[in-house]
Amino acid sequence: MSEPSQSNRSPYQPPESELGPGLQTYTAITEKISSTILTPLLNTPKSWFFGLAVGFLLLHGFLIGIPYLLYEGTGIWGLNVPVGWGFAIINFVWWIGIGHAGTLISAVLLLLRQQWRTSINRAAEGMTIFAVICAAQFPLFHTGRPWLAAYWLLPYPNSMDIWPQFRSPLIWDVFAVSTYLSVSLVFWFMGMIPDIANLRDRAKNRIAQVAYGMLSMGWRGSAIHWERYEMASLVLAGLSTPLVLSVHSIVSFDFATGIVPGWHTTIFPPYFVAGAIYAGFAMVLTLMLPLRNIYGMHDLITDRHLNNMAKVMLVSGMIVGYGYFMEQFMAWYSASEYESFMMSNRMFGPYGNYYGALILCNIIVPQLLWFKRFRLNVYSLFVVSMFINVGMWLERFIIVVGSLHRDFMPSSWDMFHPTFWDWAIYIGTMGLFLFLFALFIRTLPMIAIHEIRTLIPVGHKKH
Amino acid sequence: MPSLTSDKITRKHLDEAAIKEHLAGKSGPEYWRSLDELAQTPEFEEMLHREFPEQASEWDDGFSRRNFLKLMGASLAFGGLTNCTVQPDEKIVPFVKAPEYMVPGKPLFYATAVSQGGVGTGILVESHSGRPTKIEGNPAHPASLGSSSAQIQASVLDLYDPDRAQVITNAGALSTWSALSQALSQAAQLQGMKNGAGLRILSETVTSPTLGAQMQRVLDNFPQARWHQYEPVNNDQTRNGSVQAFGRPLNTYYDFSKARVVLSLDADFLNEGPAAVRYARDFAAARKVRDGAQAMNRLYVAESTPSSTGTMADHRLALTAGALESFALAIASGLGVAVAAPDSPAPSQVAWAEALVRDLNGNKGSSIVVAGPHQAASVHALAHAMNQALGNIGQTVHYTEPLEADSVDQGQSIVELATAMDQGQVDILLILGGDPVYNAPADLNFAQALDKVGLRVHLSSHLNATSRLCHWHAPQSHYLESWSDVRTYDGTVSIVQPLIKPLYPSKSSLELVGVLLAEAGKPTYDVVREHWQDKLGADFEPAWRRALHDGLINGSALPSQAVPPVGTINLPAGLGRAVDDEAVELHFRPDPLIGDGRYGNNGWLQETPHPITHLTWDNAAVMSPATAKLLGLGDPLASRDNALSRQQSVVELRSGERTLKAPIWVQPGQADGVVTLNLGYGQEFGGRVAAEAGVNAYALRQAEGPWHTADLSVSKTVEKQSLACTQNHHLMETRSHLIRWATLDEFKQNPEFAHEMFHDPAEDMTLYDKHESPNNAWGMVIDLSACMGCNACSVACQSENNIPVVGKEQVLNGREMSWIRIDRYYRGEIEDPEIVYQPVPCQQCENAPCEVVCPVGATVHSEEGLNDMVYNRCVGTRYCSNNCPYKVRRFNFLQYTDRDSETLKMQRNPNVTVRARGVMEKCTYCVQRINAARIDSKKSGEAITDDLQTACQQACPTQAIVFGDINNLDSEVARLKDSPLNYGLLTDLNTRPRTTYLAGVKNPNPEIVEG
Repeated sequence: MSEPSQSNRSPYQPPESELGPGLQTYTAITEKISSTILTPLLNTPKSWFFGLAVGFLLLHGFLIGIPYLLYEGTGIWGLNVPVGWGFAIINFVWWIGIGHAGTLISAVLLLLRQQWRTSINRAAEGMTIFAVICAAQFPLFHTGRPWLAAYWLLPYPNSMDIWPQFRSPLIWDVFAVSTYLSVSLVFWFMGMIPDIANLRDRAKNRIAQVAYGMLSMGWRGSAIHWERYEMASLVLAGLSTPLVLSVHSIVSFDFATGIVPGWHTTIFPPYFVAGAIYAGFAMVLTLMLPLRNIYGMHDLITDRHLNNMAKVMLVSGMIVGYGYFMEQFMAWYSASEYESFMMSNRMFGPYGNYYGALILCNIIVPQLLWFKRFRLNVYSLFVVSMFINVGMWLERFIIVVGSLHRDFMPSSWDMFHPTFWDWAIYIGTMGLFLFLFALFIRTLPMIAIHEIRTLIPVGHKKH
Repeated sequence: MPSLTSDKITRKHLDEAAIKEHLAGKSGPEYWRSLDELAQTPEFEEMLHREFPEQASEWDDGFSRRNFLKLMGASLAFGGLTNCTVQPDEKIVPFVKAPEYMVPGKPLFYATAVSQGGVGTGILVESHSGRPTKIEGNPAHPASLGSSSAQIQASVLDLYDPDRAQVITNAGALSTWSALSQALSQAAQLQGMKNGAGLRILSETVTSPTLGAQMQRVLDNFPQARWHQYEPVNNDQTRNGSVQAFGRPLNTYYDFSKARVVLSLDADFLNEGPAAVRYARDFAAARKVRDGAQAMNRLYVAESTPSSTGTMADHRLALTAGALESFALAIASGLGVAVAAPDSPAPSQVAWAEALVRDLNGNKGSSIVVAGPHQAASVHALAHAMNQALGNIGQTVHYTEPLEADSVDQGQSIVELATAMDQGQVDILLILGGDPVYNAPADLNFAQALDKVGLRVHLSSHLNATSRLCHWHAPQSHYLESWSDVRTYDGTVSIVQPLIKPLYPSKSSLELVGVLLAEAGKPTYDVVREHWQDKLGADFEPAWRRALHDGLINGSALPSQAVPPVGTINLPAGLGRAVDDEAVELHFRPDPLIGDGRYGNNGWLQETPHPITHLTWDNAAVMSPATAKLLGLGDPLASRDNALSRQQSVVELRSGERTLKAPIWVQPGQADGVVTLNLGYGQEFGGRVAAEAGVNAYALRQAEGPWHTADLSVSKTVEKQSLACTQNHHLMETRSHLIRWATLDEFKQNPEFAHEMFHDPAEDMTLYDKHESPNNAWGMVIDLSACMGCNACSVACQSENNIPVVGKEQVLNGREMSWIRIDRYYRGEIEDPEIVYQPVPCQQCENAPCEVVCPVGATVHSEEGLNDMVYNRCVGTRYCSNNCPYKVRRFNFLQYTDRDSETLKMQRNPNVTVRARGVMEKCTYCVQRINAARIDSKKSGEAITDDLQTACQQACPTQAIVFGDINNLDSEVARLKDSPLNYGLLTDLNTRPRTTYLAGVKNPNPEIVEG
């Protein structure tokens, strides 16, 4: 991004243009952000209630679908042999992908000293947590016997002398995802402590005071607190950064180490990571654009943010496009009949339309982002990000179902027909996500107050 | 049925206390045993109505299958009635004197025989603690030689069928055997006064010498009584053919082991008929290119609808009925058979007829012309004449007296019965087995005629359509429950000995006919034994014991009959006349799995894919792609292969006034202009399984033209029906290396053809350590030349390994559970393709892709090279199945195993885990058998030999599957692995499969250049 080269600047000295003209004092920022939380419940914007209600409604797909799944078995889905993995794994990868932007924004951009990240990192991190929570539902519940899978995949000492099978990428997944979730959670929570303390101090409601009081973990804002806070932030950012790369690389190993044509390819790790960033930023925009409007945060989330995020999407989208191209190239270059059949089947087989839609969503439509006009127009940006959300889901569908449904033995080829419960549980996790996110923006500061305050140029003039 | 519904059961006021008093003090088992006496008391009837008021009141409004099942359930629940009182303590104690040979945990095998179409096949039945669980062929029996068929394998399930009739009923109400035998013998006494003029017995085909003798005594006692025989799939045409050729009915059988050239005129001799298992064995043995022997027999097949035999043909023709007759005539005249034809049939257009005649003539005495049971009698006569002209009689073709106790034209017999009933000449009709209301020719209106009979008694396994119209119904004992005897295809007699006491108060034909002889209550053991008492020679007891032990009576085969020369064959008018191009004719065929419908309620067979269409749970109007186009049904094959929809168009078939709606199925290889319907489906009252499956082809079948009719019109409807096909893609795409094959000449010129162009990766191309098998290394070889797709292996596997039935919906979802499936591909033009089969069990890869991806280690490699499943460790991620290139793994997506039906539990193999929901399963090379053999080997100190067989191998009629220790260089499997034909599937993936295949070899006539 367009960072001016001033070698002697402190890490927190912002360029002049980070915030909009309406927010130039500490009080204004704090008021702006904390008011959404500390205001009485009935003063909450109607659209928040709407979002919460929609989330709660959709959540029922999950709340009803999962008990039914446990009661009947995975046969309620459209799975079969050969398509042993369906919506559950597609959704898992999709949600994990979405959960990438948060960490990328908080950690990688922090290390790269991209100050513009401050307005969006908190919400993005929250989104990461919730997306990973949604994702984490699937690997467990997609198994035939989740009550056993819940702990048999963990290496715990036991009298039966049995142990997980560490050659399986599913075991790597367990570690990768749980590590990612825990580090993200800690990073997110730790980042909120100064703000929670702020809320604690401003809260008038007794319950809020106690709750925030406990969550603020005794933060008093002393210099030593701040020093340790800064250091911990950097350390956690350093820890998180490789995770951004590792989680989706390992998720991609689920496929890349398999021998199924369409899975067995070395390009998957980087291509999955790029796809995850792509999907993550698209989801951040999908959430932030309406929020910005509802809460009138145009001064915090400025056109510059939109512009930068659109550029990140454009770049990661191009990498994803390169991945698609390399798959095509390798299908030809490998001279493997299975690979070349897989690719022609992907394009012209029964799921050919899905592949066409994938290319449209992920490659063609995002080309609009080359133009600043589209990058800065909230409507076009929202539409493009929705296309990418859909496209990234289709990508996982093509990889999972499209590869499995026709692999080596033509006699076993079959189709996957998603059932009502496939959709119910998928949409249910969207409800879960929306519901959690709505609760989050109502109870916790969705924008990092203390970090935003560092962006105010006044305090740093003499630096 | 006015007579039934009007018979209302009168009710008296209920005295509850009296009933309780009556029941008190009786323990469960005693109670069940005393049901007979109890049922006769008025209190019992009362209680029935009191305890189940809803069912009882509905019952009076006529009854449906549903009601019947409910009531059956209720009657079972009676066992719990006495729970109102405190049960006496029952202790389970071990045998004080154990039954002979019984060792807990070790199965016992008993020889007996199963009959199909009345003709027997010797079997060995595995019994665990008194429960028959699995059927094997009897190696000593000529019709089996140790092999068996899908139907034979599945027949054990019928014993435990929860839908079997379980009580004797009179007018739909619970009754007893003593009441039935009393009613019947009283009626018979009355008949005695008029010499039995009103007594008729209808049975299925009877070859049992004991039952035949019993029937003869009945006919002696009642000189004017008549014995009719009918089953819908009979050998009338074969019988009448020999009458036409030789002037008397004769039984024909063939020796395929000596035949160099075989011409089949629509005969599916490898997979249809009582001798099919033996024929398949002999035929395949003369075809195997093994150990340097490079001679093969040659098979020519002309047929209307593709069959297993057709898939084995070196030259195959798909012909309409008329063209097939014309072809038979052309060959016959080529061989010098004298024929008198009233109208000259169209000359056969078959290009290679001359070459075929030369080939046959070149193999005089070592060829066979075999006509199918669905061909006209004249075609059979032609076949007899051709065999005679070729000098085959006495060499490869043998004649004996008929196997049946009384050989009749069954088609005629049922017509006579129906006419007599209709004219009111029948007072008593005793129906022994079968379901004529369902399967008698539709134009006889059998049900209406039946209504005019004064006393109707039916013996059958299920309360079927006929039972519902009879006054009395007695459940028929399964063959594993009752004594009898039966002849096999060459006349050899087997004693049918039971393995278990009847599960229900069921009766056999011998018992029911015994009532007419005033021998009610005489044990069938005594009846059979007495029949053989003076026939087994002076030293009866040892001979009897030997017969039971061996499963056959030595030397009881019928002697060969010399036949006179076949004179000029007079052909009926119309034979061989070609129909015009636009016409479509309808053919009926017994289903290769559920037969004429008698196995309709057998879930294993319903779910086994049809060998040709790969359909399960349904029959369909099978037609060729060209016929479908002709009928304006579009190109369903194209859309089907795209697999986006399992919906098939439904057409209305009209023959005369009768119509039937049936889904269509486009089948390459079917003769153009022929629509084939399989019999046996669409049974409304055959049980819960049968009721859901298919359409009733009998509704269109008439006494004239039981096998085909030109009188057919097909009209489109707007309806659609989904058909559950287990294989949705029929082309190999570019992967012809999956099934490698060559002609015999090509193989001779280039023995290594199966390996050219294929390079397997080097052995060390893996990150993981090689699995060593220092002791036994199990392996399997499957000979593609020998597989005819009959699915005996698949059903045997299901029986051995407790594989559940999942139902049509689940098959539609692609979740069938077969551990060994038979892939079927087409080769060549889609209009007239070759059909090729490939059985695919688990390949037991040495570098198994499934093993590395399982997160919990539920699939691991054994030291002996097996890819073991640890069911109780499996959490069901299905990753192994995704990563299996052969897709042989099966997943319990739902709770497929029936945990509720008590009887089905008795069938299960106690040595194989019953899998729960959420668990992956697959072929284990029958690891339980390997373990049993290893235990024996450790005890005896002797190495495991080729006697250890997997279930699929043991069942296979053509011995296409060979299993054994590849470390033992003397084993057959090790020798076959050295064959140049041996190749592995997808070995370029470096899976190193332990299951390999022998490339197919065909033996086309070099004179004939096809295409």
